[in-house]
Order: sequence, then structure tokens, then C-alpha cells
Amino acid sequence: MIGDLSIAFGRVAFVMLFVLNLGGLLTWVERKQSAIMQDRIGANRASILGFRLLGLFHPLADAIKMLTKEDFRPARADRFLFGLAPFVSVFCALVAFASIPFGDVLRVAGREIPLQAVTLNVGILYVFAMLSLGVYGVMMAGWSSANNFALLGGQRAAALMISAEVAIGASIMGIVMIGGSLNMQDIVRVQGHLFWGWLPAWGIVTQPLAFILFLTAGIAATKRIPFDTPEGESEIIGYFIEYSGMKFGMFAMADFLETVVIAGMTTSLFLGGWQVPYLVAEGFRFPWGGAVALPHLLVVLLQVGAFVSKVCATIFFMMLVRWTLPRFRYDQAMRLGWLGLFPLSVLNIVLTGIGLLLWGGPA
Amino acid sequence: MAYAAFFVVAAMAVVSALGLVLRRNAIHGALFLIVNLGSIAVLYQTLGAEFLAWAQVIVYAGAIMVLFVFAIMVLIPGKEETGPDPRRPWRLLALPAGALLFVQLIFVVGRDRGGGGADVSPAGGGVEAIAGLLFTRYLFPFELTSVLLLAAMVGVLLLARRRV
Repeated sequence: MIGDLSIAFGRVAFVMLFVLNLGGLLTWVERKQSAIMQDRIGANRASILGFRLLGLFHPLADAIKMLTKEDFRPARADRFLFGLAPFVSVFCALVAFASIPFGDVLRVAGREIPLQAVTLNVGILYVFAMLSLGVYGVMMAGWSSANNFALLGGQRAAALMISAEVAIGASIMGIVMIGGSLNMQDIVRVQGHLFWGWLPAWGIVTQPLAFILFLTAGIAATKRIPFDTPEGESEIIGYFIEYSGMKFGMFAMADFLETVVIAGMTTSLFLGGWQVPYLVAEGFRFPWGGAVALPHLLVVLLQVGAFVSKVCATIFFMMLVRWTLPRFRYDQAMRLGWLGLFPLSVLNIVLTGIGLLLWGGPA
Repeated sequence: MAYAAFFVVAAMAVVSALGLVLRRNAIHGALFLIVNLGSIAVLYQTLGAEFLAWAQVIVYAGAIMVLFVFAIMVLIPGKEETGPDPRRPWRLLALPAGALLFVQLIFVVGRDRGGGGADVSPAGGGVEAIAGLLFTRYLFPFELTSVLLLAAMVGVLLLARRRV
């Protein structure tokens, strides 16, 4: 009983600490990566006793600054909702990662521990539901601030997230059809299959169109550049215009956490999740005939490491996009969502169906 | 454990439903409805109907209610701007109508208790079970519903176009 409880606690704690820390680290990644891309030095001011450590103390300095700032609330604001909104945003982004598997089954002392915070048969739907509930935090913030700019930002956020989520939902259908399951662990396992004995059946190979659509819609769902119309720094400031201190920081954090969740979903659905090419439960088995036997623990470590590095690589790519493209105008973002991503996602479902009929069912 | 959880969640569902009806502020009411839909989803989940639970959260709480809240934010101003309700006398009808619904509810619940509950699929509430029923036994009503929704959508587009 105690053992089961502590295992469950460990699984949840790993995912939570992973997402929270990665989200916090992203504030540094954002500064440092933009500095490198723009040929600046960047993020090198914060130091402890003269140690700068590539500016890694900046997230810490940020947190101290935000926690000590005045927590301001407009006089006409809806007190309860104004306070609740940032928590809803962060909560939904934080729990969404729970059903994304970060490894296969770990066998220790006769126990089989699934490396996933929560094992759900409809895991994809769960992540998707939590992502779609996140919009309420933003809408509540926009409405309760009693500020027209905030209200405009909240409405833009709602419109953007609905159009993005419709496209996300439609684009993952092809993956679900190939995997034959809504369970994320099953979908990752199916991607361990090899085509012609050497090509891993990752989602990006079987569903290239869906991969592009999903990543585009996913970036839109994080409300970051190029889809930052709800915020629009140069025009309306957006739904958090009245927020200050850590409550403002929580909205910024929710965006980073959503980036981590979208990267985790992209990894699990399209990049093979924790799969390492040619790594099976007993060790490596290469297509040219070689084989290397590895102990179970090392295999699991390699898988978890592969998952983490794939997530980081996806985040790196999303940051590249964020610092490369300018902002879409509101109508352009809507047009892209409803007339571009959504019809193409439906087309992808039809094509996948035809493909499955021609070349047989799930692999 | 599951028994205690049922009462907590059920109490949450009832309180949020009351909040929906009793709050004067339309946005508050809508948010209470979201809490209500969420707690019903938790009840589905505890009954083993995972797919139904999360589909409920995605479709109702995540999509339909977003549109509701959106529409309320855009279209319905605060109470000071709308003035008194012009259809106030109609509220007298609410009491008999509610009583009628309550009697019906008691009748339906009482009848089901005798029959040992509704027709429960032995396969449980998984995706396969629901899909199997939906695309074989209930295919006709399912398709009919989608035609109905399509007709409603086309009708709304027609009405909206005439105004512009």
C-alpha cells in the first residue's frame, strides 16, 4: 500500500517537476536563444558572487522581482474572478502533461511501473480537454479586469484558441486511426514498428501533413508569436493588461507551460515519444544484423533521455519560429485557422482512411 | 472511497447548478455551468465511462461554453444598461413548469429502480463500446441528429445573412 502510494507519488512528482522546471528554464532559453539568433550577448546581468553561469540566474531574479512587486487590482474589477483567472490558466497548462508517457514500463523488484503520471485509456482526449479549458483563465482575466483592452484581448484569445483547437483535434485524428487507440502509450508503442525493416514508423513519417498542421495549430494554441494577437504588445497589450507582480508572471508561465505540453504532445504523437530507433526491450537490434544487449535499467534510462531530448528539440524549434516570424494580424490568424489548417486536417483524415484501406489496418 | 467521492462531486454539481440559476451576473452563471459540466464528467469517469467523461469536457465545457461566454462578453452588457426585465410576468410560469418536470423526474427514476437500471453495455463505457453502438444499433438516430444540426447551422447562416 505504502509502496504503491509512493510509486504513484513519484510518477506524478517527476512529471510535475519536469514541466515546472522546464517551464521556468524557458524564460532563460527565450532570452539566450534570441540573443544568439540576433547576435547579442544577452541575459548575462544576474550574478551571484560574481558567477554569471550564462545568465542562468535570470529566472531566479525574475521570480524574486515578481513576488516582491505590488499586487494591484483595479477598483471596478470582479474581485473573485480577477484573482482566480491566473490560477485557472496555470492549473490547466500544468495538469495537461499528466497522461503523456515519458518512458515504457519500468520493472523494479517484481513491480511493473508505467512511466506516465496517469494511465488513461483516452489520454489524448484528456490532454486536449485540459488545453481547451485553459482558455477560461484568459477569458476570465479579460472580462474581470473591467478594461476594454483586456476584454478585447480575452475575446481574441478565445477566438484564436477555438480555431487552433479545432485544427489540433482534427489533425491528430490520422495518428489515432493509425495507432488504433486513444491511449498515448499505445500510440507511442505503435511508432516503434519498422517499415522495410529500417525506417521507424514515427508519426512524422506516416503523417507528415498532420505533423505540420499540428505544430502550427499547437504554436497558435500557446498564444505566442506569430500568433500573439491576444497580447499584441504593440497594439492592445491584451488580457493581462491590469495584472502585475506574480499574477502577471503566472500568465507568462502558463504560456511557457503550454509550450512544454505542445512539445510533449508533438514528441509523443509524431516523433516516436520515448522510442529510440532500433532499441527494443533487450537492447539495440540494428537492421544490418548487429545487436547489443543492454540491462533493463539502462534501456529505460535511454528511453526517458530520448523523450526529454526530443521535447527540448521541439521547444528549440518552436523558439526559432517565435524569434523569426512577425505577428499575424487577427484576421490573418483566423483565416489561417479556419480556411487553411482545418480543411487540410479534414483532408488528412480522408487520405489516412484511404491509405489504411489500401495498405491494411494499424501496423 | 468512490462512494465518498460521489457525494462530494454530486454536491458540487448541485451547488454549481444552483449558482447557474441564482446568480444575476450572466458570466458568473456561465462559469457555474462549466463547473457543473465538469463535475458531471467526473461522475462519468468514476462510473468507468472515460470516453464520455472527456468528450463531455472537450465538447461542452471546452467548446460550446467557450462560445457562450464569448457571446455573453460581446453581446450582453451589465445590468445597469439593460434595465428591468420586460418579460417579468412570464416568471410566474416557471413554478408550475418546474413542478411538472420534477414529477416527471420522480416518475422516471421510480420506474427505472424497478427494472434494475437502464440497458448497460457489458463492454463498459470505452471508445469501442460507444462506437460499436453508435455505428450499428443507433446509426439512424445518429445520422439524423447530424442532419438536424446541419439544418440548424444553415438556418442560422441564412438568418444572419439577411440582417447584414
